[in-house]
Amino acid sequence: MPTVHDIETGGRPPALEAHNLTVSYGTTKAVDDVSLVVPANKVVALIGPSGCGKSTLLRCFNRMNDLIPGAQVSGEVDFHGQNLYAPDVDPVEVRRRIGMVFQKPNPFPKSIYDNIAFGPRINGFQGDLDGLVETSLKQAALWQEVSDRLGSSAYDLSGGQQQRLCIARTLAVTPEIVLMDEPASALDPIATQRIEDLIFELKQDYTIVIVTHNMQQAARVSDYTAFLYMGHLVEYGPTDMMFTNPTEERTEAYVTGRFG
Amino acid sequence: MNTGVRRHFNEELDEVQANLMAMAGLAEDMVARAFDAIQLRDRGALAVLRDMDRQVDDLELTLDEQVMELLALQQPMARDLRFLLSTLKISNDLERVGDHAVNLARAARKMAKYPLLQDMPELEEMAAITRSMLRDALSAFTNRDVSLALEVCARDDEVDNLRRSLFRILVTRMSEDPRAISPALEALRASQNLERIADLSTNVSEEVVFLTTGETIKHGASLPDHEGSEDG
Amino acid sequence: MSTDPGRDRRRKWAGAAFWALCWAATMVGIVALMILLVDIIMDGASQLRPEFFTSFASRFPERAGILAPLMGTLWILGLTALIAFPVSVGAAIYLEEYAPQNWLTRVIQVNIANLAGVPSIVYGILGLAVFVRWMGLERSVISGALTLSILILPVIILASQEAIRAVPLSLRQAAYGLGATRWQVTRHQVLPMALPGILTGTILALSRAVGETAPLIMIGALTFIAFTPQGLMDEFTVLPIQIYNWVSRPQDEFRQIAAAAILVLLTLLLTMNAAAIILRNRFSRMRVR
Repeated sequence: MPTVHDIETGGRPPALEAHNLTVSYGTTKAVDDVSLVVPANKVVALIGPSGCGKSTLLRCFNRMNDLIPGAQVSGEVDFHGQNLYAPDVDPVEVRRRIGMVFQKPNPFPKSIYDNIAFGPRINGFQGDLDGLVETSLKQAALWQEVSDRLGSSAYDLSGGQQQRLCIARTLAVTPEIVLMDEPASALDPIATQRIEDLIFELKQDYTIVIVTHNMQQAARVSDYTAFLYMGHLVEYGPTDMMFTNPTEERTEAYVTGRFG
Repeated sequence: MNTGVRRHFNEELDEVQANLMAMAGLAEDMVARAFDAIQLRDRGALAVLRDMDRQVDDLELTLDEQVMELLALQQPMARDLRFLLSTLKISNDLERVGDHAVNLARAARKMAKYPLLQDMPELEEMAAITRSMLRDALSAFTNRDVSLALEVCARDDEVDNLRRSLFRILVTRMSEDPRAISPALEALRASQNLERIADLSTNVSEEVVFLTTGETIKHGASLPDHEGSEDG
Repeated sequence: MSTDPGRDRRRKWAGAAFWALCWAATMVGIVALMILLVDIIMDGASQLRPEFFTSFASRFPERAGILAPLMGTLWILGLTALIAFPVSVGAAIYLEEYAPQNWLTRVIQVNIANLAGVPSIVYGILGLAVFVRWMGLERSVISGALTLSILILPVIILASQEAIRAVPLSLRQAAYGLGATRWQVTRHQVLPMALPGILTGTILALSRAVGETAPLIMIGALTFIAFTPQGLMDEFTVLPIQIYNWVSRPQDEFRQIAAAAILVLLTLLLTMNAAAIILRNRFSRMRVR
């Protein structure tokens, strides 16, 4: 049984609630009966050893697992009181409101402007596109570096800049929640630090769930940390408690680096 | 520098510094009031100082938590790491300064019951030096001033000498006049507390040297000669 | 590691011999091609007068021209492109993006791959039965184009599937993550990126179709006509057929104009292949790095 500590939601409704989520590929369960609450405007980190199911769990939150053939998802994910896996829910709409940033920066082979404009355009945005592009780039702390070359190819940017572009692209569709799957693991330490600073800024306006295999990063960046092992949720609580005084022995073994 | 990279962490470090400065301010103030209480024969000072000591203790607990959290979650290195470790030790020292100041106030209250002992210039001088040592140690911490810190360490011997001569003087007085025994003992206690405060000021200075240069001068070690090694 | 000078020398000789063998193999192809080319040019270059391109076929070699077959080839080329391209690309998109991963899809996939290897005359028979007779399109340009389209369909489908498959998953995921529907992902991300590969495959397939003779003979392309196609239902002929016809005449002069026609056909093919290569190179610079 997982140890789940009290999660302060500050009196506000949580951004997401997962109930008994299970994801199986054939007979193997990648995620096994996980329930947790993601409070609004906080950063929740999912940590655990390789293959523990943290990325799979993350993909449950925006129904990206639907795109993986053979993946079966059971359980509920409640967003604004509605179960995202109800039969009448359109996954496309879900993904507009719950965005995702991936591990390796994956800008489109278009200009910087068109990268950011893509999301709003396909969602039928009618307003000031230029303004939206500028706002998104500013939110991603990239505006100053690229404002004079919005028409140039996204591939001319460095890795760290490309990842911030991907973040801006995600923000352009104004999601409520931003899911990040190891967003800095392909970047050098300085670029990583800038992404972490950015996450800290973003949580004022968004809720962020981040998967990371680097637990020091989870310690630096998150408010709450969930430790998963072999698909099970082992412990979930405030980050400072998880790293200074966890309850479960397995958690302690993992954060002190004595795992395995 | 609170812009750009690791702004959040820098802000947290600033908070720790601010709390430590608050503790330092309280400690200095407490020592000043305590010795004034002795001179002015103020029996009410003890209550005030107890209150201030509670604040100092609260700050120590707050700093303990803050430093632990920063060490666990932010992986501080180099100067940041030395700063946080020094903070733990300095806050511990300052807490004890507070306690000793309370003891001084107790001594002041007891001494006030008796007729004034004849002038004890040694005690006054001890108090003056101790107060200046504490003030300079804390100033050295604020400004990361290594030379000032070293000066403070050098003055510790003076205080020790003064306590020893005060001891001899008071013993003489006590043997001459039995009515002087009680106040003299209190004066002795006061001098011991002052000496402890001076020692603690020396500790703080040693921490400042460690924080700034990474070298330790505790327990008689001396600062190695580097060329232009003193960091800002 | 002990050095054995004898073995070292043998290794060096073996390496050199292998290199020489590969070089010789390459040269065989190039030399054969050069000989052919030089022979054709020597035969036909003199016949490439402007009248050659504007006259119709004739019993007299000095008055014969390739106007009819040239126009026929161009018509067939254009129509085949118009028919084959959308159908093949549509099939490729369906197979790659929409088809469920079940046994039926696998069967379809295997069949398409096999169809690419069927001899072209079989398509000619199919075209004759279905388009000329059953659909009553007679021996017209449209029958020819439809037959050739079916011939090159598998080739374009396979090439398009490859191009679509080459679009990295990460790009699709990014687009899905922004709330795009499957069609939006296909239209805005996959197709633009796969297009160079699809076009290259299409052009190469078309250049094969241009050289096809047997299926067109089967559906009844004529050899001796004195008009150019004006509408879809018109009769026609193409360059390869005309060349075949001239080559089988006894007179030497006909061989010369046949060589000239071959040169025209070769030029057309080379141009198309060059276009395919240029396209591929130009767009490969924009590949995902």
